[in-house]
Amino acid sequence: MQTSTLILVLLVLTVLAYQLGRARSLRVAGGARGARKLHSLPSHYGFLTAIWCGLPALVVVLGWQMLDHRIIADQVIAAMSTDVQALSEGELSLVLNDVRNIIAGNVSADAVSPEVAAAAGHWQRLDSLSRTAVAVLAFCVALAGGWVTVRRITPTLRARNRVEQVVRWALMGCSLIAILTTIGIILSVLYESLQFFRLVPVTEFIFGTQWSPQMAIRADQAGSSGAFGALPLFAGTALIAFIAMAIAVPVGLFSAIYLSEYASRRFRAITKPVLEVLAGIPTVVYGFFAALTVAPLLRGLGESLGLEVASESALAAGLVMGIMIIPFVSSLADDMITAVPNAMRDGSYGLGATRSETIRKVVLPAALPGIVGGVLLAVSRAIGETMIVVMAAGLSANLTANPLEAVTTVTVQIVTLLVGDQEFDSPKTLAAFALGLVLFLATLMLNIIALHVVRRYREQYE
Amino acid sequence: MNSPEAGRAAEPQPQRRVRELVERGLRRRYRAERRFRAYGLAAAVSGLLFVGFLFLSIISTGYTAFVQTTIRIDIRFDPELIDPQGSRDEDTLYSADYSGVLKQSIRERFPGVEGRRELRQLYGLISEGASFDLRDLVLGDPGLIGETREFWLLASDDIDQLVKGKIDRDLSEDQRVVSDLQLGWLDELTADGRVERRFNRVFFTAGDSREPEQAGVLGAVVGSFLTLLVTLLLSFPVGVAAAVYLEEFAPANRFTDLIEVNINNLAAVPSIVFGLLGLAVFIQFFGVPRSAPLVGGLVLTLMTLPTIIIASRAAIKAVPPSIREAALGMGASQVQVVAHHVLPLAMPGMLTGAIIGMARALGESAPLLMIGMVAFIADIPGSLTDPATALPVQVFLWADSPERAFLERTSGAIIVLLAFLLVMNAAAVILRQKFERRW
Repeated sequence: MQTSTLILVLLVLTVLAYQLGRARSLRVAGGARGARKLHSLPSHYGFLTAIWCGLPALVVVLGWQMLDHRIIADQVIAAMSTDVQALSEGELSLVLNDVRNIIAGNVSADAVSPEVAAAAGHWQRLDSLSRTAVAVLAFCVALAGGWVTVRRITPTLRARNRVEQVVRWALMGCSLIAILTTIGIILSVLYESLQFFRLVPVTEFIFGTQWSPQMAIRADQAGSSGAFGALPLFAGTALIAFIAMAIAVPVGLFSAIYLSEYASRRFRAITKPVLEVLAGIPTVVYGFFAALTVAPLLRGLGESLGLEVASESALAAGLVMGIMIIPFVSSLADDMITAVPNAMRDGSYGLGATRSETIRKVVLPAALPGIVGGVLLAVSRAIGETMIVVMAAGLSANLTANPLEAVTTVTVQIVTLLVGDQEFDSPKTLAAFALGLVLFLATLMLNIIALHVVRRYREQYE
Repeated sequence: MNSPEAGRAAEPQPQRRVRELVERGLRRRYRAERRFRAYGLAAAVSGLLFVGFLFLSIISTGYTAFVQTTIRIDIRFDPELIDPQGSRDEDTLYSADYSGVLKQSIRERFPGVEGRRELRQLYGLISEGASFDLRDLVLGDPGLIGETREFWLLASDDIDQLVKGKIDRDLSEDQRVVSDLQLGWLDELTADGRVERRFNRVFFTAGDSREPEQAGVLGAVVGSFLTLLVTLLLSFPVGVAAAVYLEEFAPANRFTDLIEVNINNLAAVPSIVFGLLGLAVFIQFFGVPRSAPLVGGLVLTLMTLPTIIIASRAAIKAVPPSIREAALGMGASQVQVVAHHVLPLAMPGMLTGAIIGMARALGESAPLLMIGMVAFIADIPGSLTDPATALPVQVFLWADSPERAFLERTSGAIIVLLAFLLVMNAAAVILRQKFERRW
């Protein structure tokens, strides 16, 4: 039986169990008029029965689903000849792939060795056996759970409290997903990164200046040294992020000041949402804009000034990324500026200061911690931004501070290393995870500092 | 009162000097004030200009993707080529040489053209996909065989671009992709009223293709829809549950703090890192099929969860405590208070948050690149485990294509994407204005 149909059948059983539990509670109470003798509402008895019927069975099905492929694979290999069992792990997975391909019908059984064909048959037998077994098991668990609960229903059974306990645990489980996600991220990037650092020393990775991750397939191949010095990537990321912040901070900050302190209500009502549109545009659109509109524009401009601008210059990517970040900076700065109490402004006006003097000498210093926090968040977003740089920045690692040249970034390299076919034992693939680890740690640090600063600041004036 | 001049004249020397100093200073300070204000205005206006320029450049390159050049050709369905035996057997009709039928019909329109090179240029006027259209026509109505009918066929991408004026016909022949001969034929056909620009139906009804004139966004739209379906079904219940726990049940301790820090931090983790997580955990460890909407939806779920949790918590916070107290006073349990009172009142706010989270997920492409949703997929996905791509990834793929005609189609796909985002955000705004209660 397919897993989806099995789950559907379990769902039907659960609904039945609800009805059964509800009816049973009314019966033990002596009909609808006796319902007030029950500890809980009849529906609570129904829910309790449904939970005991559906939940354990669902756990059985899902647990089995996670494990059965491994168990079947082991069984199939154990049944094959000793030659096959002696193969290395990589070759074994190739054999298993053949087996799976035969089952999926991608490869005809004549195209492979008789042993593999036999293994495919064995696999299918085991698979159908496993499906039947799990279906039977799940049924039994569901029926047993439902039956035992129905038998236990008495007027004094505290059904509501039990149901609510389960609800509470379920709610907490959902909020735990946030922690699980973080752990998942750390484990997945850390595990592959550690494997990478076994092949390439950490110091070489962080301080090396040569980045050419293509591994030589043949020993005599040219130009594939497989060097993993990521310093040029860090420099490129920093360069592009710097250009982006050089655009976004002044424009964002000044527009926030203008909108919150000077602009008429109508101008603000129109401009603020329009600027926020910039935040809602998908980054791939910015990437397209950078690569096909801004880059040629800058190139033409550079030519007319006698400068050589690379067609994938850091400037184009940084400029567009800056535009993307403007609303981010401006809305955060706006929040921070409006949070400064008016009494401070009035005090400054009372001393005869002009508006700009009040803003520069009173409002901004008061709002500074919050603004700095916002800018840090923006930096973290700039270094983690992917699509703009993938589409508009270069691919070759280039250690330079010249914004007119092409540079590459951490995110670009992660994408180029991982798009396409991967083998999880080559340093090329693992390097992407090491870069991911660096990216995660860098943004994590920035985020934690920024969130801390912003929260402290908000509390200050609340 | 004296006029200032008279007063100034009466002032003693030192006082006058001070006053002059102050006035000069005032002038300077007012100038600084005006400058500062001008900077602010310039910043705000430049932000507006960026928005305008961005939209203008996308729309001006993209609107032509919605029309497509078609050429009217008299097609003679030669029985010799389609079904020499006259069996009308479906297999025969399916595998017949429709490309030959097409070429023969074009040759009959231009009888003077000879030689392999010239003929190839001549055939190049019409899209290669037109022969599949002919096949479908014949399969739908076998009575066409032996007849001659007029059909509007898709022009090839280069001809299409030329008709739309995106290729300059005044360039010398070696600098443009359309040859002089093709230009001549095209002019002849135009003079004959056989060239027309029509609404580009293919763009909305087809999947991806290597040929720009046959490429459409439907496959990507369906892929995005399936991915978002998974995301919504998982992230909304889980996000709401987590928000309810944190707002209504969680004890104030370090563990709860840890959860909160994690949520706030996850909201700022770069999306590509979620892609790495999906690759390592869902694909490598759990063996979810690559390139499928299922795994895309799982990754986007993790990515949008913080957004939905934060929005839902705000919505729950906005429900006044008096409602909870009233229900508790009537003897409701805490779970009943939440289920019967808090959740229904907070629902509009939560839905708004969910829509905004979905809009973000719809525009996201970086994590999808990691989990293999970038493959070239011509078929329209039919289930959650079929290989699929998503709308923003389709934009990325087309932006990389060398054909000139893909440029406008990329912009066209962006317009479609932005239209979807606009609808979603408008829905969120309407929902908020209509149903959100101010207490």
